[in-house]
Amino acid sequence: MKNVLIATVAAVLLTACGSAVKLDNVGVEDRTGKTTLAETQPASKVQSVVASTDASKSNLDAMSASNRVVYFDFDSFAIRTEFQSALENHARLLKSDKAKKISIDGHTDERGGREYNLSLGQKRSEAVRKALALLGVSENQMEAVSFGKEKPAVVGSTEAAMEKNRRAEINYR
Amino acid sequence: MGFLASASAQFRVEVSGQGLTQMPITVSAFRGNDNIPQKIASIVMADLERSGQFRSVDAFGSAVDENSQPDPSAWRKKGIDAFVAGSITRISEDRFDVRFRLWDAVRGQDLGGQSHVVSGADLRHVAHKIADTVYEKLTGEKGVFSTRIAYVSKSGPTYNLWVADADGEGAQSALRSAEPIISPSWAPAGNQLAYVSFESRKPVVYVHDVDSGKRRLVANFKGSNSAPSWSPDGRTLALTLSRDGGSQLYLMDALSPSAEPRRLAASSAIDTEPTFTADGRTVYFVSDRGGSPQIYKVPVSGGSAERVTFTGTYNISPALSLDGKWLAYISRVNGAYKLHVMDLTSGAVNVVTETTADENPSFSPNSRQLIYATQQQGKEALMTTTLDGKIKARLAGQSGDIREPDWGPMQR
Repeated sequence: MKNVLIATVAAVLLTACGSAVKLDNVGVEDRTGKTTLAETQPASKVQSVVASTDASKSNLDAMSASNRVVYFDFDSFAIRTEFQSALENHARLLKSDKAKKISIDGHTDERGGREYNLSLGQKRSEAVRKALALLGVSENQMEAVSFGKEKPAVVGSTEAAMEKNRRAEINYR
Repeated sequence: MGFLASASAQFRVEVSGQGLTQMPITVSAFRGNDNIPQKIASIVMADLERSGQFRSVDAFGSAVDENSQPDPSAWRKKGIDAFVAGSITRISEDRFDVRFRLWDAVRGQDLGGQSHVVSGADLRHVAHKIADTVYEKLTGEKGVFSTRIAYVSKSGPTYNLWVADADGEGAQSALRSAEPIISPSWAPAGNQLAYVSFESRKPVVYVHDVDSGKRRLVANFKGSNSAPSWSPDGRTLALTLSRDGGSQLYLMDALSPSAEPRRLAASSAIDTEPTFTADGRTVYFVSDRGGSPQIYKVPVSGGSAERVTFTGTYNISPALSLDGKWLAYISRVNGAYKLHVMDLTSGAVNVVTETTADENPSFSPNSRQLIYATQQQGKEALMTTTLDGKIKARLAGQSGDIREPDWGPMQR
């Protein structure tokens, strides 16, 4: 998990939404594909990236609906790597403003009992909470809850509908 | 009277199946019932048929009532074991005198009769009480026809928690919400319902006084709060809380509003759906600590959990009969979710339905029937069944989807 996170930190610097990251830092990482950015870069370069993120007020606006939802495989609460960068964005936002709070809402598809699915949804929201905590977000800024199968995003019994319902949503309160 | 809003949720009872030991009985139309909408004999007969233990044999003659002479030879010709006749007389604007008598048709013996004076609003209720009396005299067991059920409906974006008669009629809304309601659970005294509401955008548990409409928020800890279940003495609520991470089981003092919950069991897995045994000493629950959801039991006083289900890879929603003999649950078999009944003495398990999306079984308080939610032709419905699955009745909702039934206790 830690290697993935370090790689993710690198990835996030590449995908930072509209902030003024110095291109020469990012370019170096992009070409070499090194995964140890946090360890090899001078501290000042890391700080400058953080500073430019803080200065940008557009982050929350840029946090589109698709960035707020993490999807899951059937019967699973493992966070797929494709969602790591979105989680990084949220972590940075939450760490930069301790007054911000989120509710992480876990959901399941329609198959199975209501209470057991409530617990499965809870595992999904807690997986996201743990991932954000590992990225340094403090626990009192997050609450992980579940809706089980009660609030599908897409009504229907097709696989296409169900995969849109197995999700955790990050909602800023 | 009180805060229950009247509703037009109407049920039709459709009884299907054939039991091995059904007593043939005639319940004659009550004299004087023609101009009164509530047909006493029909309500009584539907109740008796739904129990699975009686089969209706058409009445003969229209002039019989509780004072009629017994006619054993005619009854023998019809092959009936019991005969009920009665009358309903309006004695004032809104007062009715309802009388009946029950005969053992084989011996030609008068088994007794009763008279009830009630208002129009209570006519269905008195018919259910007559059915209970007939049932008890003929089977030796207590009837459940004057009990109540709770269930949830979803109609468009609106959810309602309903309290209805055991036959589904007379539904009144206890709670109307724009957000889901799940897991209603009757308190043993029959005056309160615990349930999970999502109205505050997370699951929390309320205890709701049915007569007054007043409710208390009993569990709103950090994270999710769900699956409330009452101890038989009504003093303790078992529930599932995620406040310490994961879904785990806790016990709370039901009477003390600010009581701190105590942990009932512990695992690093999902533990949920607690339900007490009738003696209050054990809690059955669902856990996937073994890798897949199975039913376990744990002593309330503490101790290790013991696994109860061993067949299949997905067993949830345990319900226990008050006589201590049966466990009902939902098992996923080849992708279908099906109601199963386990004989707790022998361990033998039977599938009791032919449907594939069964949910949420609940025993009648005389341990003779189950109510559960299922889907038929893509629509949600509530069903009752005898424990062997042979006699089923559909309580067909006329609008919206209905789910999450819970059978209330015996009336005092």
